[in-house]
Amino acid sequence: MDEIAIRVENLSKQYRIGLTPMRYRTLRETISESFTRNGRASRAASKEEEGKIWALRDISFEVHKGQVLGIIGRNGAGKSTLLKILSRITEPTEGYAEIRGRVGSLLEVGTGFHPELSGRENIYLNGAILGMKREEIDQKFDEIVAFSEVEKFIDTPVKRFSSGMYLRLAFAVAAHLEPQILVVDEVLAVGDAEFQRKCLGKMNDVAKEGRTVLFVSHNMSAILRLTDETILLDEGRIVLRAPTPQAVDHYMASGFSQSGERTWSIDEIPSESAPFRPIALRVSDNDQRRYDRVRSTNPITIEVEYAIDAPIKGLRVGVYMQTTRGEFVFTSFDTDNAQQFENYSVRPEGHYISRCTLPPDFLNEGQYVLGINASSYRVKRYFQDENALAFSVDGAGAPGKQWPERRLGPVRPRLEWDIDVR
Amino acid sequence: MIESSAITKQEEEITLIKPSKGWGSLNLRELWIYRELVYFLTWRDLKVRYKQTALGAGWAILQPVLSMVVFSIFFGGLLNVDSGDVPYPIFSYAAILPWGVFAKALNDTGRSLVSNRAMLTKIYFPRMVIPLASVFSSLADFLIAFVVMLGLMYYYQIAPTSNIWTLPLFLLLAVITALGVGLWLSAMNVLYRDIGYMIPYITQLWFYLTPIVYSASEVPEEWQFFYALNPMVGVVEGFRWALLGTADAPSPMIGVSAVIALIVFISGMFYFRRMERTFADMV
Repeated sequence: MDEIAIRVENLSKQYRIGLTPMRYRTLRETISESFTRNGRASRAASKEEEGKIWALRDISFEVHKGQVLGIIGRNGAGKSTLLKILSRITEPTEGYAEIRGRVGSLLEVGTGFHPELSGRENIYLNGAILGMKREEIDQKFDEIVAFSEVEKFIDTPVKRFSSGMYLRLAFAVAAHLEPQILVVDEVLAVGDAEFQRKCLGKMNDVAKEGRTVLFVSHNMSAILRLTDETILLDEGRIVLRAPTPQAVDHYMASGFSQSGERTWSIDEIPSESAPFRPIALRVSDNDQRRYDRVRSTNPITIEVEYAIDAPIKGLRVGVYMQTTRGEFVFTSFDTDNAQQFENYSVRPEGHYISRCTLPPDFLNEGQYVLGINASSYRVKRYFQDENALAFSVDGAGAPGKQWPERRLGPVRPRLEWDIDVR
Repeated sequence: MIESSAITKQEEEITLIKPSKGWGSLNLRELWIYRELVYFLTWRDLKVRYKQTALGAGWAILQPVLSMVVFSIFFGGLLNVDSGDVPYPIFSYAAILPWGVFAKALNDTGRSLVSNRAMLTKIYFPRMVIPLASVFSSLADFLIAFVVMLGLMYYYQIAPTSNIWTLPLFLLLAVITALGVGLWLSAMNVLYRDIGYMIPYITQLWFYLTPIVYSASEVPEEWQFFYALNPMVGVVEGFRWALLGTADAPSPMIGVSAVIALIVFISGMFYFRRMERTFADMV
């Protein structure tokens, strides 16, 4: 039982910023950049040695067989790069990793799904892409279909599937891949609550069967539920490896910028986000000053600054608020108001700030995490970062403060109580 | 370079992941393990194409037949290009067949990596599977178009020569050439998207350098050596020779063509393998 399943030694991965994140170049750019260091190249050069960044730096760890290890960290901390190296999609620059057993990676479900093909055809195709043999798929076919709950539509092209059905089918195929080592990245961020529950259940089964799982997520409650031990990454290095509750606390307490502002630099934005480009997320309780500590008795302003490089149809930009334990407090979008949504049915290119204000006496004292999301409903999620900014709320003057106790629950409204004597 | 070696202990695989230096090995063994994926991707290409288009498999016939009609009117009729002992339509069709495989394979493989980028960045598999699948789907079109060839031969009462058994060899030469060039272009296309725009021009120029609308014998004697450096010359003339018995039997020059095709093919595989490790970061 104490055998090593994964051994990672001094693993490093370097990206050239001129080329990355994941950006190809044209011949013209190569030629013109060799004459002048302009635009992106010079912006990148200001950061570290001649436009190179280490996405991972000297990572070493071991995972025992049957262990479920969580990996957490901010966007750009190197989590995805680590998983990509371990699942052999990209090569490390230095160091090595030794893996014992077949690796299955769920970096994204539904890879290779073709909208024109039927559910049945896609099961075979996707299975083959994930490395299953044909007989293996034949054997598990019924099980996969049953798990996905799309029996009736199995011969319909998947382009006619609802997004929920599509996801269920895609996950069903991936979940029936039986690797000794499973690498999972954020698949649970998509789909409805029911689907997420099912995915988590399946992952739990996998772990119980004694297989090794590496699980990357921003969902702290999922990490807490599924893993015993967690690695915290920051700027490509391992900050901490500890029992999960401890690692999550550490991450929530110190893993963020403390200025009440979170900004995104070019290399932190994945290329899939285009044409949406996040710039900053801010919290303040008074006019334009930013605080990492706001007072619950003041109105709290949340501001998302972003740029749009080409018009986007149906865009909504919004925020999530979570407690440090990963329970959601609320989700709100700038076009929640139907009239507003009409007005911005197509959002032209430009530089924007979407701002909202939480009423006074809304949040309880404690630590909160703000995330942002920019998406067009059912079309595309441009950008999402559920853990963009942490801030704390000071409860001085809040209702009930005469008792110095900790109040349960994330909200602390000032309610009008009537006391009737009968 | 990624090496995987199967160790007998409960068929447990040990995979060593480390940076690769210089030119790696081709690792054809792994490609063999993934042969089913080649099959499924080929099948996907065909199925999707036939599902999406109204004519479906009809395109595999319509394209070469229309080309034949146009060539026959302009080159055979108006320009009176010499087609030897056989009518011009069948003369050109015998060339359009292998050319079609070549041009389609070249086009599809060249773009294949970029159009499958979602797979490249999410899943590991030997990358060469993708251009290989593109080539196989062009062969399927060839088989369909070949039926028309049989029909034409029946119509013009031309019996295939006893050399028809060599046909698969010429086809193989066309495929190897296309795959070799395709491997180079597809890997370069990941790095420089300009390549994607160049491919149609490359194909077009190559078309004129190949005896499709004319006969290879029209090329002056002193140029023949350089002309034969183009493997497609050997392929097209070979097709006419094996099917129609027109052109001369392939001269030793076909050997030069084959060697060139093999050099391009093998160097293409090595270049592809070398570039492969950066695909996921660049595509």
